[in-house]
Amino acid sequence: MADARNMVKRRAGLRLWLSAAWIVLIAVAALLAPWIAPKDPLAQDMFMGRLPPFWVQGAEPGFWLGTDSLGRDVLSRILHGARIALVVALVAGTLTCLIGATLGLLAGFLRGWVDVVISRLIDIWMAFPPVLFSILLIAVLGPGLMSIIIAIVVIDWTRFARVVRAEAMTQGAMDYVASAQVAGRGRIGTMLTEILPNVLPTIVVLLTLEMGIAVIVEAILSFVNLSISTDDPTWGGMIAEGRTSIHQAWWVLVFPLVTLFLTVLAFSQLGEGLKDRFDPVLR
Amino acid sequence: MSFLVIRNLTARLKGTDHRLLRGVSLEVAAGEVRGLVGESGAGKSMIGKAILGTLPRSVEITSGEILLDGTDLLQLPPARRRGLIGAKAALIPQDPLTALNPSRRTGAQITDRLVDILGWTRANADARAVELLGEVQIPDPERVLRAYPHELSGGMRQRVLIASAFAAEPKLIIADEPTTALDVTVQMQILKLIAAMQARHGTALLFVTHDLGVVSKVCQRLSILYGGLVVEDTSARDFFGGPRHAYSRALLAATPKYTDPEASLQPVPDAVLAQVQAEVAAFDGRAP
Repeated sequence: MADARNMVKRRAGLRLWLSAAWIVLIAVAALLAPWIAPKDPLAQDMFMGRLPPFWVQGAEPGFWLGTDSLGRDVLSRILHGARIALVVALVAGTLTCLIGATLGLLAGFLRGWVDVVISRLIDIWMAFPPVLFSILLIAVLGPGLMSIIIAIVVIDWTRFARVVRAEAMTQGAMDYVASAQVAGRGRIGTMLTEILPNVLPTIVVLLTLEMGIAVIVEAILSFVNLSISTDDPTWGGMIAEGRTSIHQAWWVLVFPLVTLFLTVLAFSQLGEGLKDRFDPVLR
Repeated sequence: MSFLVIRNLTARLKGTDHRLLRGVSLEVAAGEVRGLVGESGAGKSMIGKAILGTLPRSVEITSGEILLDGTDLLQLPPARRRGLIGAKAALIPQDPLTALNPSRRTGAQITDRLVDILGWTRANADARAVELLGEVQIPDPERVLRAYPHELSGGMRQRVLIASAFAAEPKLIIADEPTTALDVTVQMQILKLIAAMQARHGTALLFVTHDLGVVSKVCQRLSILYGGLVVEDTSARDFFGGPRHAYSRALLAATPKYTDPEASLQPVPDAVLAQVQAEVAAFDGRAP
């Protein structure tokens, strides 16, 4: 038994460290992009167009991952694209989490009319098709970083609210909640000291998932050209541009796509790994 | 006047005519142990929950009064009520596995009410917790105080909960089937512990159970319930000597006997069942 337990623990730890390492790598890239990027991400050079990555015949030194059809350095654009991806992930993810989890907690624990109002709101909200809703929102708000963040928060808070509500309801039915109330603790006090710590592992997992989703949503909006101005490099924008030249220059599409994939994967795995750490029973 | 007085307490499922408690009246004097006995659904736990204010949302009290030390709990605003209950009453819950918060250390859960309601300093409360854990015969109390609930066995957790219930020296403790969820081998230990703690602290105890064996060991007075109706209010001595009510007699006869394990179980006879159901119907003012 002791052996099995150790094995489980080690695997969870490896997952946590690998995903955390990737996110740290992306974060460093985002922070230091202007200094570590080998080229100017916006500099075009028609004579340097569609250069392949370094290991392929015909590569130019200095353009490690090749160039796109306008001669812009793919690696530099990926590094700069990490900035917007991470800002969106952190800001949109955190705001969505705060709003959604708070509403879910209130609905699930207080029940009664609070629950009725919030639950109906969630039901109505979720009836909107999310992609159309976000495109509509961006169309109204105008493109830009703020609009993307607002769109993600407005659409995705229901994800948190729904799950946290269910979890808070489960925890609220436990005897220890009744015991706390018999011990004279008020409603809000009970919610914060008894329910919240037990819902926290779930919230952490959702938060990291949401950060991954935010990165994807940003990429989707960039892909349909509704994100930041086309001058700022974004992963979604690069994928959209790379799509047109996939047969001549696959690297323009593949490298940002792999980066995006690994980043989203790392966020979700980070959540799972953190949950194992957070959960007092699994710890 | 008795420390706890319940008069004519009637409760129903919200928005329906379905009654869960039917004019329940009982008293628990200071330092007395009263058993609440009945089959599943008789309303035993419901009475405990009504006193402590932890009734499910779907249940409402339609009439009656619950006097705790002379104050009618049902007339108090929620915050005052919680304060009064927290200071004077406590609960030993049924299931020790879900009655401790898994994400908080056990020590904090014992000292909560000392710090919150009585305003003790943390150091004093911690010292008191160590003392209490010693009293409930937990070895190495300092270690247990720092432990999370999942690190303790069911019996240990129930001991922690007992310590927690007695922490603030309440005048009344409601024990809601405190041995039901435990392994048979530790049931008797826990029962003896509760009885010993009750005697030492002079606490009044309302003991909810369906186990007449348990009743015979700890209770002085009994309320026998059926369908939310108190069918008999008697002393334990009289009950085991020969109950007056036919249903009580049937309940006593239905208890399996260790001395005669081959004897077949005696269900409550249909005639007796019809009689108590008629009493329930009479309370509701309908034909049985």
